[in-house]
Amino acid sequence: MAKLNSGVPKGELKDKWTQYKDSIDLVNPANKRNIDVIVVGTGLAGGSASATLAELGYNVKTFCYQDSPRRAHSIAAQGGINAAKNYQGDGDSTYRLFYDTVKGGDYRSREANVYRLAEVSTNIIDQCVAQGVPFARDYGGLLDNRSFGGVLVSRTFYAKGQTGQQLLLGAYSAMNRQIARGKIKMHNRHEMLDVVLVDGKARGIIARNLVTGEIERHSAHAVVIASGGYGNVYFLSTNAMGSNTTAAWKIHKKGAFFANPCYTQIHPTCIPRSGDYQSKLTLMSESLRNDGRIWVPKNMDDVKALREGTLKATNIKEEDRDYYLERRYPAFGNLVPRDVASRAAKERCDAGYGVNQTGEAVYLDFSSAITRYGKEQALLKGEDENNHQLVKKLGQEIVKSKYGNLFQMYEKIVDENPYETPMMIYPAVHYTMGGVWVDYNLMTTVPGLYAIGEANFSDHGSNRLGASALMQGLADGYFVLPYTIGDYLSDDIRTGSISTDSPEFDEAENNVNKLLDQLINNKGKHSVDYYHKKLGKIMWDKCGMARTETGLKQAIKEIKELREDFWKNVIVPGNRNELNKELEKAGRVADFLELGELFAKDALTRNESCGGHFREEYATKEGEAKRDDKNFTFVSAWEYAGEPSEAKLHKEELEFENIAVKERSYK
Amino acid sequence: MKLTLKIWRQKNSTDKGSLETYPISDVSEHMSFLEMLDVLNEELIEKGIEPVAFDHDCREGICGMCSLYINGEAHGPDRRVTTCQLHMRKFNDGDTIFIEPFRANAFPVVKDLVVDRSSFDRIQQAGGFVSVNTSGNTQDANSIPIPKDDADTAFDAATCIGCGACVASCKNSSAMLFVSAKVSQFSLLPQGQVEAKERVLNMVNKMDEEGFGNCTNTGACEVECPKGISLDNISRMNREFLSANIKK
Ligand SMILES: Cc1cc2nc3c(=O)[nH]c(=O)nc-3n(C[C@H](O)[C@H](O)[C@H](O)COP(=O)(O)OP(=O)(O)OC[C@H]3O[C@@H](n4cnc5c(N)ncnc54)[C@H](O)[C@@H]3O)c2cc1C
Ligand code: SF4
Ligand code: FES
Repeated sequence: MAKLNSGVPKGELKDKWTQYKDSIDLVNPANKRNIDVIVVGTGLAGGSASATLAELGYNVKTFCYQDSPRRAHSIAAQGGINAAKNYQGDGDSTYRLFYDTVKGGDYRSREANVYRLAEVSTNIIDQCVAQGVPFARDYGGLLDNRSFGGVLVSRTFYAKGQTGQQLLLGAYSAMNRQIARGKIKMHNRHEMLDVVLVDGKARGIIARNLVTGEIERHSAHAVVIASGGYGNVYFLSTNAMGSNTTAAWKIHKKGAFFANPCYTQIHPTCIPRSGDYQSKLTLMSESLRNDGRIWVPKNMDDVKALREGTLKATNIKEEDRDYYLERRYPAFGNLVPRDVASRAAKERCDAGYGVNQTGEAVYLDFSSAITRYGKEQALLKGEDENNHQLVKKLGQEIVKSKYGNLFQMYEKIVDENPYETPMMIYPAVHYTMGGVWVDYNLMTTVPGLYAIGEANFSDHGSNRLGASALMQGLADGYFVLPYTIGDYLSDDIRTGSISTDSPEFDEAENNVNKLLDQLINNKGKHSVDYYHKKLGKIMWDKCGMARTETGLKQAIKEIKELREDFWKNVIVPGNRNELNKELEKAGRVADFLELGELFAKDALTRNESCGGHFREEYATKEGEAKRDDKNFTFVSAWEYAGEPSEAKLHKEELEFENIAVKERSYK
Repeated sequence: MKLTLKIWRQKNSTDKGSLETYPISDVSEHMSFLEMLDVLNEELIEKGIEPVAFDHDCREGICGMCSLYINGEAHGPDRRVTTCQLHMRKFNDGDTIFIEPFRANAFPVVKDLVVDRSSFDRIQQAGGFVSVNTSGNTQDANSIPIPKDDADTAFDAATCIGCGACVASCKNSSAMLFVSAKVSQFSLLPQGQVEAKERVLNMVNKMDEEGFGNCTNTGACEVECPKGISLDNISRMNREFLSANIKK
């Protein structure tokens, strides 16, 4: 089997990035003016990369499918962004952030990339503050922090429950500055439908103008994919409705290896589903676990009474509650990592203790925090700390100031007041650690083709820690790619502009046209959503929180059949040459129907449990994930070979030189 | 619930467009408004009718992509929510619901309920940023303490999602609330001070150029704004604008 070259530079872990940066080829400013770079995506990764590349002097052409770059899915991130600033003086350091991330990822990530991420994390905060991002501050005017799961320090910077929004608007403003200078040409409401390779190098893309339906050719010296994650392969997820895998999948079909597709993150705290019409799931940020305690009743009678509506959660006595995370993981308690918390919720619900009608919900309870904060405030204000009404009121005010928008969101959806009754939550698909394989330069296996942000596989191993995706997106876009891409582009200073009038562009455009015609002319009997929902169900049931060999084999077969049925029977109304939202969806679902199959195959091949990938056959007696380090300490990078399940496996062996690989324990 | 929907259909930007009537039944009160439209669209597709086009993405009230003018109100009857967060429990069995696009000269209709809000982007490009390079060679984030109140007020202004409901609700189609939110965010922070004058002048000029109307202080924008952006921002911007003009 071919070995992949990660291109990790030699030297001490802590010096690698600095030394490497000093040694890579640069492109001089005058030459940058003659070089074009395409960026697909305007989330934290694509937005920050576009702005920085333009500022360096490259001509940037940026694409997004929304009507404005500011609406990329990153906008929805809630809880925060990590950085090893150690402002709290609680023992944080670059090494600790690196260590936590590798451990949190269950020892399935590349050491050198993670260390670099931890190293540049502090720059991100400086950068964002300089841009006018209004992070939360304390009364002394300094930046405030909170804690996220899987760590023992407070290193998460935040802007209430809208951290992603504030960071993205920061990147968007940096983009706007470059758009105004003409250095970024922004293409809103455009969808990339293929990449164009010339002499084996990425030299452009084919995009559809989503308003006119026109198919356009765009050329460049390098192409950067920053199109986000593929969580919507499950139909229901916390991702935006339009989040998709199309860009990543199309480049996979043109030669970019796809790594670890089965590593998905199921987030423990989301609002449970309510009916078949459900179109998406809503996250309740992990930051809530700073103050919320998770429980289900101890007694089955109470569970029954809750479901019948004869008992209220608030009337269940303290001693009749099972705070199962605190019970099972005393060291980390409610702040265990996401994979662990999700599985624990599933375990209780499978055992019959789910607290709602569907049996798929547990409580997230803020009453202790409200009392704790309330008493503190009462004391500070010189009031009676035994006055329950007052304490509750004061406590609720504090909770509101911390999580107000999340509580409001919950109330609007569920129609219950979470200040008075505990929230009901259940795990939901949230993030994909897997993605396009990239080397240390963030380049894919296709020369000149890069992948950044959630679209790549790089830093989170088999489980991502909270508040680390925003960090990675901005690290890739502001501080890593703009350097590493120069190493490649330095060979292109004499190339001149790339023509779109070539057989390679002809062919790619023809293929896109054929695909769109086929979808429009099919005139079958089932809508796109019909197929997407069916695919989602297969994925959730068989490739979800717990996977088995039999289930995965069935999944591969079922997805293949569903895909065949899709191409025979899907109906896409309307025409190609107009705004056609069904056509957009159809193309995306067609790609999910292929990715899903590779996903199941990857999960089937990985005969171990690690992080978000839990195979029932590989568990400890206590039900924890059991890794097989001897046989599976590698990245699975899949090469496309016709049918998704015929993809060829390449292994990147992972070496741990700076961390002792251990059983991951949060007890 | 059974409902009658009166929905604006318009083939493209040059088509005249008209209201069409669609009955819908089996609507659950727990559905979101957009989920109700999803159900309608699935029915239309099955009948071979083109589904209704509307913008949306995050469906959690943060991306600002959804719009809709529902029964004469931007984002519908509920307060402090976007259309995607509006739930059917706000309506009654038998109701007739009028669904139209956000209307303003600066927001031309693209198709059905989809409008073009790129004028908002252009206003931001005129000055909605701090001119700092993204190289990372900036000073330490804690080197300038910012009073918590200022940081919080700047944050509140910064939560604008750029949806355009303020414009759609204003009889003059003014974009003052939107523009003042950005101007305020930066003018409240030390990092934004340096370019404060230029920023306000450039953004206000661009706003006028894009065809948004004047502000006559009706306050309709604040009422319909899903993020509770306050009119104080408009006063703050007016002050900034005046003083910038005087010092010019
Ligand atoms: C609800 C929620 C809350 C979260 N909270 C946090 C948090 O608190 N902290 C944290 O660290 N992480 C959080 N995450 C994860 C984090 O938000 C994402 O991983 C991250 O924002 C992804 O950024 P990105 O730039 O890679 O992609 P995205 O933000 O997803 O952007 C993708 C971009 O690609 C474009 N695009 C996609 N396909 C195409 C195509 N074919 N053609 C053209 N354009 C295309 C889109 O238009 C968009 O601009 C959260 C995620 C969710 C769902
Ligand atoms: S000010 Fe309010 S209504 Fe106007 S764009 Fe911003 S969020 Fe929307
Ligand atoms: S769809 Fe994002 S705000 Fe409504």
